[in-house]
Amino acid sequence: MSEVVIRLREVTKSYPGYSYITSGLKNFVFNFRRALSGIRKRFIVLQDISFEVYRGETVGVIGRNGAGKSTLLGLIAGVIKPDRGQIEVRGRIAPLLELGAGFHPELTGRENIILNGVLLGMTRREVMNKLEQIIEFSELREFIDQPLRTFSSGMIARLGFSVVMHLEADILLVDEVLAVGDSSFQKKCWQKLCELRKKGVTILFVSHALDQIEKFCNCVIWIDNHRIRAMGKPSEVVSIYRGESEWK
Amino acid sequence: MVRGWRYYIDLLWVLTVKEIKVKYKSSVLGYLWSVLHPLSLSLVFYFAVKLVLRIPMENFVPFLVVGLFSWQWFSNSLSSCAVCLLGNASLIKKVPFPRYLIPMSAVLNDLFHFLMSLPVIGFILLLFKIYPSLPWAYGIPLLLLAQFSFTYGLGLMVSAINVFFRDLERFVNIGLNILFYLTPIIYPSRLIPEKIYPYIFLNPLFPLIENWRRLFLEGALDFFLLVLSFLWGLGSLCLGLYLFQRFSQRFAEVV
Repeated sequence: MSEVVIRLREVTKSYPGYSYITSGLKNFVFNFRRALSGIRKRFIVLQDISFEVYRGETVGVIGRNGAGKSTLLGLIAGVIKPDRGQIEVRGRIAPLLELGAGFHPELTGRENIILNGVLLGMTRREVMNKLEQIIEFSELREFIDQPLRTFSSGMIARLGFSVVMHLEADILLVDEVLAVGDSSFQKKCWQKLCELRKKGVTILFVSHALDQIEKFCNCVIWIDNHRIRAMGKPSEVVSIYRGESEWK
Repeated sequence: MVRGWRYYIDLLWVLTVKEIKVKYKSSVLGYLWSVLHPLSLSLVFYFAVKLVLRIPMENFVPFLVVGLFSWQWFSNSLSSCAVCLLGNASLIKKVPFPRYLIPMSAVLNDLFHFLMSLPVIGFILLLFKIYPSLPWAYGIPLLLLAQFSFTYGLGLMVSAINVFFRDLERFVNIGLNILFYLTPIIYPSRLIPEKIYPYIFLNPLFPLIENWRRLFLEGALDFFLLVLSFLWGLGSLCLGLYLFQRFSQRFAEVV
């Protein structure tokens, strides 16, 4: 634990009232005044967030729904730009996508692995080199040339997870998606995550499963009311968080 | 995450191949499908315009076919561009790949289908004793390039704006319908009344469609119209890239 791989300095992010726009041009024109003031009004999602993550750490992010956890991962992944503040990330990031994202139901499992692998940052050659390993890990060899629409959701999750596990990323972003697949595959995923962690992969982990966070992470960030409420040892932070949620 | 150009080529490749494969797999008719639609339209307009309205024209069928196929490429691209970003919402929210590749793959997909239908156009021309000529060799790539830049530029605008104003998709389809009849596709431009004729140059599709037909039916390329198409293409591309660039930073917040 020496090198800083993620550093946020006083990062603030707010959104305008997008719903006034996204409900369509028609609504926008007919409710012009309200829409205009709606857009001007900004909703703060994260305010003055600063922290550092060292190489090889496993960091859990907890907080109530809408606290800004997913926005935080979006900022780190580089898909969302902050209003203020700096974000530095060193190394290759891999996000664990939600079920079936970046897949197409009409393509076969094999074709989907290639599609997904490239979308997540590998070149086609890199994916082809790892294709066998990925199929092996997914334990779906018999079905791999069938169209994805014939797969069960558990099988799709396996396939997606298998691709991400072979990305050779330096930083893994996991947003509430590990509760899929049957228990034996889940166990395998956890084993693989531990293995990656030993290799020095940094993992950021958003979850409501506090037990998992306590067991798995070596640092927890608690986001409450758009700010960092507490940060530190999992056992301590989680127990305060637990106490407060029960009290409410 | 900065990656080499090789990666971006790969990314564009898998996105485009996905679109093409999906279109071909989802129906047994596959290839026929992309050809059947413009062909059936040709038949319908042949009936309505030639047989009923009795337009005074030779070779009306090849005239229709050439116009309708190139229109089809433009119109299909725009409709799929309108929804392409929302269709990839879960990716956009998590993976920071260059977004402009998504509408590009949509336009390339329809370009592929247009290319695949060229033999069909050629075959119909043969039936009417119109034979391939040398200008095709340079005319086709030039017009492909001109139409691609115009369509892609417009596609960038439409896809970016539709992320924010989600009913734009409907306006696009209405707009396409209007544009279809304003463009000389099912009627020749020489029948447009003189008073209105100058305004036809404000229609960016006019020089393209007109040139496709000159090329295929007469074996010649109109230089003035070609330059005009490229100017429209360049303008659309610049504006499209500018707008898309401005909006794309916010895509992940909105989709």
